[in-house]
Amino acid sequence: MLAGLTDRSWLWIAAACYLAGWVSGLVSILRGTRQSGPAINAFIFAGYIFQLVGLGLRGHAVRGCPLGNEFELYQFTAWSAITLYFVVGVTFRSSMLGFFTSSLAAVLTTVALAIPAWDATRRAGIFGGNPWIELHAALALFSYGVFALLALTSVMTLLRHHSLKSKRLGGWFSFLPSIIDLDHISVRLLWTGVILMTAALAMGANYWLRNTSLVHLPKLLVTVSVWAAYATMLGLRVRGLLISKRFAWACATMFGLALLSLWPVNKNHEPVTPPPAAQP
Amino acid sequence: MSDPARNHIGGLFVIGATHHKVPIAVRERLSLTPEAADALRAELARLEGLSEFAVLSTCNRIEFYGVATHAEAATRVQEAFCRRQQFAREEFEQFRLRLHDAHAVRHLLEVASGLDSQMLGETEIFGQVKEAYAAAQANGHTGAVLNRFFQKAFQAAKHVRTHTAITEGQVSVANVAVDLAQKIFGQLAETRILLLGAGEIGEKTAKAFQSRGAGSLTVASRRLERAMDLATALGASAMPFEQREARLPEFDVVVCATSAPGTVVQTPAVAAAMHRRPARPLFFIDLALPRDVDAAVADLENVFVYNLDDLAKIAEENRAAREAELVKCHALLVERADALWKNLASRLPALTAEP
Repeated sequence: MLAGLTDRSWLWIAAACYLAGWVSGLVSILRGTRQSGPAINAFIFAGYIFQLVGLGLRGHAVRGCPLGNEFELYQFTAWSAITLYFVVGVTFRSSMLGFFTSSLAAVLTTVALAIPAWDATRRAGIFGGNPWIELHAALALFSYGVFALLALTSVMTLLRHHSLKSKRLGGWFSFLPSIIDLDHISVRLLWTGVILMTAALAMGANYWLRNTSLVHLPKLLVTVSVWAAYATMLGLRVRGLLISKRFAWACATMFGLALLSLWPVNKNHEPVTPPPAAQP
Repeated sequence: MSDPARNHIGGLFVIGATHHKVPIAVRERLSLTPEAADALRAELARLEGLSEFAVLSTCNRIEFYGVATHAEAATRVQEAFCRRQQFAREEFEQFRLRLHDAHAVRHLLEVASGLDSQMLGETEIFGQVKEAYAAAQANGHTGAVLNRFFQKAFQAAKHVRTHTAITEGQVSVANVAVDLAQKIFGQLAETRILLLGAGEIGEKTAKAFQSRGAGSLTVASRRLERAMDLATALGASAMPFEQREARLPEFDVVVCATSAPGTVVQTPAVAAAMHRRPARPLFFIDLALPRDVDAAVADLENVFVYNLDDLAKIAEENRAAREAELVKCHALLVERADALWKNLASRLPALTAEP
């Protein structure tokens, strides 16, 4: 029965799993217990596998990394964030990062699925048969996943600051990690994201210098702007000029802008075609 | 079908005294030194009618858990203890705790779980009960009954701690302060602490930090010799009080507990310190009355200030939360205590009342 499911069906199941992880965490928080960690992680892991199957089917059908429209971009970003969560999540106490990550993944995947227009067409031949461009695109999107996780740790930092300043420490505030732990992981994520995006842009630049007419200028400007913004934030953080709450606000806000940037990034000169038939 | 417990009524007992009825001045007289405890154990080991026993001696309780083969065994234990401590039997019996069988079982389960502690839900008692049992076992004073009794009590205590929030949140001001520091700094091994004032509450808080792995501690007091004395006692370093603001950037946590008539930490000094270490938070624990830290310090970014009222409020909220868990804890323990007593009753030796 499962073998007959379409890529979108698998992705719907994945979104449901992420949503279930979020609900599980919410129930735990409302009850004031810390016992939902394994449940959240199980839902996230299940969602991750289902999403991998869905994206794999889509990738198989389009013969490449599925990054041809907004739907695929959002799905891939959510998947990247979850991948990173499995790497860094173990360093966090309790299930708070899992709760936040499942929330973000649920929102990104559900929104992408719920807007049919985002998957009505997709750009064909976006990689021009060049594996380096495919890697460039995948790395760039993966860095967005890193920035997604950075946005989550930043939101957690802001909540932790708020709870300590307002002296409201009970309830679910008690599950948040310490400010220093959050700061350390945020800085590491920012470094990771900037390095990945730099590598992605370097690959893209190499292609663009030889085929300037094939790259849409707004896409180029927006992508470089996102990279420059994160690189500047990293520079300011390293020099101690962007710290604490201002750093957290910058990271959270910047990710919102980065998500919006996916729309111009997706506009290029490639011919538009319908997505692959909804079949397994 | 006969109930095995009916043939052994009174066979399992606990006798002693606890903080519930005994004021601290009397508890001091009841307290056993390690040497006295050893001597008493040796005496109890020779006592007629007592087949197994364990002695639990803490600052809040002295309790003897025993398995009797004679109906007067518990009384004989009491007499041996009072004689050794030179304590009048009549006075002891005024506040004595004496429980048998199922009641004794339930009592130990509650003690091990921290439900009978002065500070509800504290976990230190669990280790103390374990030590008492280990000492009894090492000396060959336990057998089939007490071995099972204590092991099941430990399991029950762990179950309660895992499945309820009875140990959640700190209930003393000093420990609440340490908890808050952990919410800011995480592990405290790298955290540098400055203690301003060499009084009792400051010392208690410093000790709480050290017990939770704080990295380095520096003491500053208006009288340098007092700071040096306390620093020596705590294994810390001392510094002149006048340097407190200039050296502020070196510290992460400042415990303020002076008896100064006004503030001793001013906002410009803290702002200057934060300018030199912007990325690292600074946490002030102001335990002084009147307060040591200028109120405007709390408005600085990345600076957190908690005063005595704030800490006491959190401690009180935690205490209330623990008390709210009591019903759940008792429900868990009653079930286990009943099952355990049924099991132990079948292992108890028959009692005799003959002299």
